[in-house]
Amino acid sequence: MPASERRVLVVACGALARELLEVIRANGLNGIDVECLPASYHNTPDLIPDAVAARVLASRDRYDKVYVGYADCGTGGRLDAVCEDLGVERLPGAHCYQFFTGTDAFTELQDAEIGTFYLTDYLARHFDRLVIGFLGLDRHPELRDDYFGNYTRLVYLAQVDDPELVVRAEAAADRLGLRFEHRRTGYGELATSIVALGATRPAPDPLPIA
Amino acid sequence: MAEEPLDDEVVLAELSDEDLTAQMHDDLYDGLADEIVEGTEILLERGWDPSSVLNEALVAGMRIVGIDFRDGILFVPEVLLAANAMKAGMAILRPLLAETGAQPIGKVVIGTVKGDIHDIGKNLVGMMLEGAGFEVFDLGINTDVEQFLAALDEHKPDILGMSALLTTTMPYMKVVIDTLIEKSLREEYTIIVGGAPLNEEFSEAIGADAYCRDAAVASETAERLVAERRAAV
Repeated sequence: MPASERRVLVVACGALARELLEVIRANGLNGIDVECLPASYHNTPDLIPDAVAARVLASRDRYDKVYVGYADCGTGGRLDAVCEDLGVERLPGAHCYQFFTGTDAFTELQDAEIGTFYLTDYLARHFDRLVIGFLGLDRHPELRDDYFGNYTRLVYLAQVDDPELVVRAEAAADRLGLRFEHRRTGYGELATSIVALGATRPAPDPLPIA
Repeated sequence: MAEEPLDDEVVLAELSDEDLTAQMHDDLYDGLADEIVEGTEILLERGWDPSSVLNEALVAGMRIVGIDFRDGILFVPEVLLAANAMKAGMAILRPLLAETGAQPIGKVVIGTVKGDIHDIGKNLVGMMLEGAGFEVFDLGINTDVEQFLAALDEHKPDILGMSALLTTTMPYMKVVIDTLIEKSLREEYTIIVGGAPLNEEFSEAIGADAYCRDAAVASETAERLVAERRAAV
């Protein structure tokens, strides 16, 4: 289907690109496009609301519906305020850990041990840059306890079955001095949300009667 | 034979008071804890009172760090290193300050709220408040309302400070404030709040007295609010 006929745009975090495209492909949701903002905003969530607003406003004339592929992501409700102003919806929950795991299961996980550090497939893949590099632990490993002294475990929330990612995640836990756990989540509420989005996609304009 | 300094290596003991203070600002900025300890000891040996060393060498230097962090020139790792350097200096000064018998300018109870284990910001605030002359009672992380109430009852502080780093835990600040209101205790304390997901709007919505975006602002705000409250009595 030509891009000009597509009706739904998802403006999403770059860390979700692979998963979003796979959900769209696997479910035949051909009318959904994805545009991504830098995944590095994970570390600077203050930048998310304005960046999302700008992209939504720049794109909405080309689409019937725009959807925000972020959770709250540490914006403290500011992304929700933007979504409300723009009349768009977003992915559920406080962060991707929650929507991948499922809200109830995540609450149970977090309540069991509040000092839990989470990795997704994306974070496991890019751990060295997004965590070690951003926190300066490559140059100053002595800061590890300042950052992680109150954490007790690292839980790798796996969207796919990739033994190499499990190895990377376990190495990350070791580097941070945390106990390692591995949970297979799949795409969770990301998938259900995008599938539901595809199901409610506005129908193309009917062909004129000859 | 003693090791000769490299040509471009600064010998702190050879610097004037003014130059040494400026060098300590640079060393703090660069997170050089050993140099801060050395500089602190030199100033004390020269007869500086501990309060002047604290204010002119350490707090002033940390203020520069805070400004550059606010302006995006320094980032969290550099701020942490600077804070650790300042802590190293304060470890020397703390017992000396206690010996002077100087009264604190106020008391503060601070804690990270229930369900939250993040404390970097809170620890920086605590350090800057101590540097400003406050007596600080730090309750640590995952602090519930009962723990806050017990600390307020025990220490009768001027200020209650609460910190949260998660959108999911910041609503607990309202639980604490609402509990104080229910117990008719709200008016006895000035409440400041902070943490990455917070903002001015949230602070007003939950009934806090001030939102502080970083440790330097927290210190300045605490001093101002305590002075205003006492002037109003």
